[in-house]
Formats: sequence, C-alpha cells, structure tokens
Amino acid sequence: MIAIIDYRAGNLTSVKLAFEALEIEATITDSPEVILNADRVVFPGVGAAGAAMANLNRLGLVDVIRKVVQRGTPFLGICVGMQILFDHSDEDGGVDCLGLVPGNVQLFKPTDPYDKVPQMGWNAVAQNLPHPVFANIEAGSEFYFVHSYYPAPLEADCVLGTTDYADVTFSSAIVQGNLVATQFHPEKSGHVGLQLLKNFCAWNP
Amino acid sequence: MLTRRIIPCLDIHNKVVTKGVKFQNNVEMGDPVELAAKYYEEGCDELVFYDITASAERRPIDIEMVQEVAKAIRIPFAVGGGISNLADMERILLAGAEKVSVNSLAVRNPDIIAEGARAFGNQCIVLGMDPLATEDRETCPSGYEITVRGFREHTGKDALEWAKRAVDLGVGEIVVNSVDADGTREGFEIGLTGMIAKNVSVPVVASGGAGCPQHLADVFNQAHADAAIIAGMIHTGDYTIPQIKQALVALGIPIRQKW
Repeated sequence: MIAIIDYRAGNLTSVKLAFEALEIEATITDSPEVILNADRVVFPGVGAAGAAMANLNRLGLVDVIRKVVQRGTPFLGICVGMQILFDHSDEDGGVDCLGLVPGNVQLFKPTDPYDKVPQMGWNAVAQNLPHPVFANIEAGSEFYFVHSYYPAPLEADCVLGTTDYADVTFSSAIVQGNLVATQFHPEKSGHVGLQLLKNFCAWNP
Repeated sequence: MLTRRIIPCLDIHNKVVTKGVKFQNNVEMGDPVELAAKYYEEGCDELVFYDITASAERRPIDIEMVQEVAKAIRIPFAVGGGISNLADMERILLAGAEKVSVNSLAVRNPDIIAEGARAFGNQCIVLGMDPLATEDRETCPSGYEITVRGFREHTGKDALEWAKRAVDLGVGEIVVNSVDADGTREGFEIGLTGMIAKNVSVPVVASGGAGCPQHLADVFNQAHADAAIIAGMIHTGDYTIPQIKQALVALGIPIRQKW
C-alpha cells in the first residue's frame, strides 16, 4: 500500500486520483504508523516551504519522514515535497528544512520581464541519468510545473533530470538511494506523469 | 523551454457547456465532463471551467461536476464562478481542481486574494478580469475599465491598476478576458493583453476572440501571453486541438507536442 503523507500542505486529491487511475491502492494519511508500515511513500506539497515545515513539526512527522527514508522505503517527493528534503529554503525569509539531501532552494530571478514567476506550465525534463522511474518516458518529455523556487543540490551525482527556466538550468528530478523527488507534478502531467508514477510503484531500489 | 499553454474554456450553464457572444445568446455545446475528457485526450495543456450563471444568480458552484472532471483528466484545471468565500475555494480545491478563479468577488473584496493565497498558496489563486475599452482616461488611465457580473456592471476600476494590485495581494496568474473580443472569433485584443503582460510579474492568460491558430500565434508573439484560452473554435468542431498545435508549431511557437 502507498501512503500519501497529509501534512496540510495543499491539495492531495490529484495525487490520490492519479493512483486510482493506475488502479494502485493509495491512502492519504498523517498517521506515523501507517506511513512507517507503507510499501511506498509519496510526499506531495504545494504552497510555501515555511508553512510546510511548520505543519510537519506540529504534526510530529519530521522524525517519521527521516525514519521511513532511512529504512529504505521507496520515497517520492513532489514539488514542495521535494524542496523541503534539502537543507534550507530561501522562501519565507529563510527556512531550515529536513536536510535529507545536501543543498538549498532558491528563488527564480529572471532578467527577462517576460519570464514570469511562478514558472507555470509544461517544460521539458532532460534525463541526466538512466533510471527506472524514467522507464518508457522519452528524454525531453514535458511535465507540468508550478513553482517560484527551485532546488540547487550540492552534489551533482544526485541530479536525475534538469530543466531550463529564467536563465538557470535547475535540477527538476533527483535521486538518492531509495529517495526520488521531482519539482514537477507527475500527478498533473497527463500520460507521461502517470507513467512516472507507475514506474515509481515498480521501482525496487 | 517553457511551452505556451492552450486552455479550452468550458462555460457551464445548468450543467451544460454553452457558448455565446459577450455572455448573450448561449448555445449548448455538450456535457462538461465528456468534453473535458475529450480535450484532455486531444492534448490540451490545461482546462478552465466557468459556472457562468452562478455569480449572477448568487449561488455556489456545482461541486459534483468538479469532482467528476477531476476523475476524468490528469492535467491541471481552474474553476471560477459562484465563489463567495474561502470555504468555497477550499471545497473546489479539495474536489480536485488546481486553481480557483475569482473575478467579481475580488473586485468587491480584494482581501480575499490575500486570504486565499495565504491559505492555499499563490499558485492556486487566479484573477479573472473582464476589461472593456473606455474613453474615460481620467478614471481609467490605461484605457480599460473592469466590468463584473458577466459584463453587466461597470466598476470604474482601471484594468492595469487592478492587475498590479491583485499581484501585490498575491494572485499567481491573471486571465485577461476582453469584453470587446469575447465570442467574436476575430482575434485576441493584443494591445490590452500585451499591456497587462508587460506590467505584471505573474503569468498572463489571453482570453476572448480566438478564432484560428494565427490568432493564438499573434497573442503569443505580439502580446507575450503565457497561455491562451480557446472556446468556440473547438466546441463547434471547426478546429481540433492537434490541428491548432500543429499550426502553432509550424509558426515556431514552443508547444507541447506529445502527451
């Protein structure tokens, strides 16, 4: 069973509906027990990093996430659920995050006034590494993005996919052992997004 | 490269998709969920639903329809019409929509933008605006006045000032729906769209007037719109989404071609 972590950071309905479309059982939960015993864990999130971290702390889920990642459960972070895996985010005046992946999260600062913030829409993801979560997904396929901040990992070897926007090439997908994370929203990225979620469910790190 | 979005708009009237000219003489076009699923499979990039009579009739939006749409498609969609408070926004987002679009409500109560952005994130809050060209440059220096409630009421608000204020309050996107171009299928209002796009930091969606692929190319190239709303040209079957996308690719516009 897949646990979708509910930490009151945005709308989880789309994530659940995407797994339903794949006929894969998934449950939205904030129960440490359910999360720790899940076969796989999805950590979504929209909104701001500061609020997301505050909610995780309030719900006592910070240690649960560390534990479930440490024990090797396949783990998928999405959007803000990717960003707060890093050490620090510049959002909300600066927020210390989970520190599971070395690096930080920065604001887009476009020089072209027509590069809007947030980046909103479909952008190409170049595949830097061959990886099972990209199985049957053509390199350069577009996924749906909505974000003003982007992750900047310290170690280049965790970078799975990259995307160009507002004068930067940023890490739009990363992998570190049993943890994968995407800045884009696979649950809203049509058939390619569903394929990625299906791949995640078949992945045995 | 970030691609330009093609967004079919479904105006809903009593659970049926309709299309009129300037909100008048609406003709029935089909079932919203079936049309949404069809456009999704054809490769549209996003969808928007307006419950066009909800606001005028002062009744809430049809949540069951939102839930059905969310089950049928795997791309983002926005819902507008009949939103009167944060609780309405939350119900729509929990039903599976990614964005809520506020228009009349935000004009009446601008603080709702800030409250919505705080509660759900800026990316969820879309400002829909219905500007109408005006000669009254004293009240409206940009030459456009905001109308509300399906163009029925003039507000005396300047369109550009309102767009800037809404961004300051926290909207994540602005849909500029030209009252003069709406339903004409004679092209987007390039000057209006370009003026807003040039002066705000968030994405701008052009709306009103789409009749052929060249109109979309023009609003992308000349007005720098991030996305374009289409309605009549596909609802009537005059064009399909793949036809529009192929034409735009041939014109050199960055477009998502595989789905």
